[in-house]
Amino acid sequence: MDCSPVKTAILGGWAKHKLNSTPDPSVCVVALQVAMESAALNFVNTTLNWVTLALDAPAARAVVFGVHIGGHLFVEVLLLVVILFLLSQKSYKPPKRPLTKKEIDELCDEWVPESLTPPITEEMQSEPPVLESAAGPHAIVNGKEVVNFASANYLGFIGHEKLRDSCTFALEKYGVGSCGPRGFYGTIDVHLDCEAKIANFLGTTDSILYSYGLSTMFSAIPCFCKKGDIIVVDEGVHWGIQNGLYLSRSTIVYFKHNDMESLEKTLEKITAKNQRAKKLRRYIVVEAVYQNSGQIAPLDKIIKLKEKYRFRVLLDESNSIGVLGHSGRGLTEYCRVPIEKIDIVTASMGHALATEGGFCTGSARVIDHQRLSSSGYVFSASLPPYLASAAITAIDVLEQNPDLTSKLKENIAILWKGLSDVQGLSIASNPESPIVFLRLEKSTGSVKGDLQLLEDLANRALKEASVFVVVSKRSTVDKCPLPVGIRMFVSAAHSECDLLKACSSLKKVAGVVLKDHICA
Amino acid sequence: MEFCFEIYGLLFAFGQFRDFFRKIFDWWQASNLQGYAPICLGLEDFYIRRLYLRIQDCFGRPIASAPDAWFDVVERYSNDNNKTLKRTEKISRCLNLGSYNYLGFAAADEYCTPRVIDSLNRFSASTCSTRVDGGTTTLHKELEDCVANFVAKPAAVVFGMGYVTNSAILPVIIGKGGLIISDSLNHNSIVNGARGSGATIRVFQHNTPSHLEKVLREQIAEGQPRTHRPWKKIIVVVEGIYSMEGELCKLPEIVAVCKKYKAYVYLDEAHSIGAVGKTGRGVCELLGVDTADVDIMMGTFTKSFGSCGGYIAGSKELIQYLKYTCPAHLYATSISPPAAQQIISSIKVILGEDGSSRGAQKLARIRENSNFFRSELQKMGFEVLGDNDSPVMPIMLYNPAKIPAFSRECLKQNIAVVTVAFPATPLLLARARICISASHTREDLLKALEVISQVGDLVGIKYFPAEPKKELQHQEQQPGKDTIKLE
Repeated sequence: MDCSPVKTAILGGWAKHKLNSTPDPSVCVVALQVAMESAALNFVNTTLNWVTLALDAPAARAVVFGVHIGGHLFVEVLLLVVILFLLSQKSYKPPKRPLTKKEIDELCDEWVPESLTPPITEEMQSEPPVLESAAGPHAIVNGKEVVNFASANYLGFIGHEKLRDSCTFALEKYGVGSCGPRGFYGTIDVHLDCEAKIANFLGTTDSILYSYGLSTMFSAIPCFCKKGDIIVVDEGVHWGIQNGLYLSRSTIVYFKHNDMESLEKTLEKITAKNQRAKKLRRYIVVEAVYQNSGQIAPLDKIIKLKEKYRFRVLLDESNSIGVLGHSGRGLTEYCRVPIEKIDIVTASMGHALATEGGFCTGSARVIDHQRLSSSGYVFSASLPPYLASAAITAIDVLEQNPDLTSKLKENIAILWKGLSDVQGLSIASNPESPIVFLRLEKSTGSVKGDLQLLEDLANRALKEASVFVVVSKRSTVDKCPLPVGIRMFVSAAHSECDLLKACSSLKKVAGVVLKDHICA
Repeated sequence: MEFCFEIYGLLFAFGQFRDFFRKIFDWWQASNLQGYAPICLGLEDFYIRRLYLRIQDCFGRPIASAPDAWFDVVERYSNDNNKTLKRTEKISRCLNLGSYNYLGFAAADEYCTPRVIDSLNRFSASTCSTRVDGGTTTLHKELEDCVANFVAKPAAVVFGMGYVTNSAILPVIIGKGGLIISDSLNHNSIVNGARGSGATIRVFQHNTPSHLEKVLREQIAEGQPRTHRPWKKIIVVVEGIYSMEGELCKLPEIVAVCKKYKAYVYLDEAHSIGAVGKTGRGVCELLGVDTADVDIMMGTFTKSFGSCGGYIAGSKELIQYLKYTCPAHLYATSISPPAAQQIISSIKVILGEDGSSRGAQKLARIRENSNFFRSELQKMGFEVLGDNDSPVMPIMLYNPAKIPAFSRECLKQNIAVVTVAFPATPLLLARARICISASHTREDLLKALEVISQVGDLVGIKYFPAEPKKELQHQEQQPGKDTIKLE
């Protein structure tokens, strides 16, 4: 590198500038300045000469691997080393000091857990009435015979001799329990017969039995709904469904209870938001007859919406099997919708069919998938065979006596007429629903207050009038926002005088208890 | 075991190959889904379609009699390569080594069954009502007192199904802000219940009290995730007998650790209640743990009592609180009265309150049977897991091809065994699980041993060297012949 011409030019220019810009004043200052500048110039000159010499030394002119190394490369390499060194230095962080054993011991000693349960209050100590006989239309409570409206015995099968005989036969043949899950020798031929019978009765291809009504929905939902799917559900569904939705980790959107406009708006909103998602599964979950309010879902409208927006429907028919439709086949028959349009139908058999357990029915694909992935089916013991046998007999009896459903409808109508003028209470359920739901006309303002009043009413009805009705109870983990009320389960086995007695007693008791809460 | 990975890899590759052709075939034939997303996406049911369906006939075998020591297995056939199985009228009488029938109450019993039929006539098969409505009968009250007495706790509450007991109790007693520490091999119902509760879940190594202590110390010191507030409460969940391992829980050590760190203990005795312990009272009795130290005891009636349902036993306040708010108590139909009567009667038999010594005999017999069977299997060279006195014994198979081989060969010789694979066990640890019952006689066990030994030789699962035989077996065994060493 030969920088001498540059050097000279710079120095020359600088000198020229200096000479040109010196004004007139004191000559000695100027002379001193010039002398100093020239000394500095000399120094810089010699340093530069020395550096050039060093850089132009023959050793620096080596050729390594065909690359002409000049001295400048040393400077560049040095710079690179400095940069790398600086980069490799960690940024300053305050040092992390893990807790010592002594500190952990102190923390563990200091920590005080909450008690396992909150303190027991007055209302937690109430005990339900104890039955001393079967829960038929007349039951014995505390030694007295009462008219029973607390059991969902819609077709009056409790105490039916055909069911009793088939259960006895099954108990003697198979014992009580099935001693194993379905995959490991817990499948008994009555289970397979029962599943075939249910599928045949409802007109579907296949069905699957669960050993408990409550676990049916909360095992079926997580089977098909995974994280990322969208589920639109009515806000009044029961806890089993809520739990299933929570376990599925999908996106849940609620719509107003039994309100089709709200449903349509919600579906519209969701479809607009997820235009491009092809692999997104979308479901609507509704109950046929809502346990929490006695309303009936308008299935034909739901099917129209489902087909328009391409959603799948899950229907819980616990309270409508054996009740709705002229032959008891449920909501699909009542609304004249072919059952193939509903993707998944579940039901608990603990209501009209007077046995325990639940079932799910639908297309073969849906049912087969559940046999390996539904946790309540795979990891749990199967239904006791005598209960499956009772279910088969119950469906047989229903098929042979279709007039049971019409008798039930008549009874509901009688009760409706009788209760329509009870002071302080209004009927909030559908006129065809077997659950007659009575709500307070004027609420006390809090759920607790309402419950207190209604409990009082129910207790008096039981003690004074021998009519057994119940108040709907809510668990602390239940998120349903619907109001509480009195529930009466009507049965086809109730006689007309039972129903009239119930109406008159309720009117009397309500008049006493609710006299401060009657709307003007 | 060496070839397990390769075999699964081969099956997976073959399955994907067939799936690929299926996709082309489906695309060629117009699909009738019309804009709906398929109900099972991609690999979700791959395992079912390509791996499980091939060996489907080993699972879900229907029976046509009570699940007693000998029962009738219904024969099935398939026309479409195991995709669907159809029942036939033929049955074969087999020895039952698969049902949970520890004390032999599965079939009709001379003391229990007449009383059960009585209660059926009196209360009918179901109450059609929840416990808080009209579903509590005198039978239910008697049952709860009986159970509380049996388990030595102040009070108990009974539900209609064991699975739901776990899933519905955990969300009620613990919520967000609490910590659940559960054993790594806990049952699916506990996992579901823990998830449904919203609490943070941590897992400790299976049956290792020292690791539990480590996890507890860490978690109490750190507090809740992100906010580091102290935990509201900590519950440690363990099982009495682990159903897939046959091991007993190390309860005394775990209870000591929990007491030291003020955590609550939740013991799930699904398999151990009624089956172990001198008077059948479960692992607490067997291992000498005071039941007052265990805060929540849960169990099921399906296994040793021949019925259905589950219970929770604990202090009076706990049970009162549960009766007030547990969803399984408030919304589910109460347990069927005949089933309740069966439990009461079987507890009476176990305790000797029926006037005979059948209970004590049953308990002694199941202990003898389990210990005899386990030691004989180990002598033959099988790899058997589990502790002494436990009636559950898994025999390791490992290789997925041996699962159907073992199962079908045993069935041909009229022994019904249970083989377990994924997802109930880890993928590579397939096993055959034997459940001994008090109703098995010595002849039954000897026959079973003979057949299992034959099939074991055929299939090649005697992973350990056999001890030289001294008595009884017909075939000559060459020790060290069938040793496939474990990695």
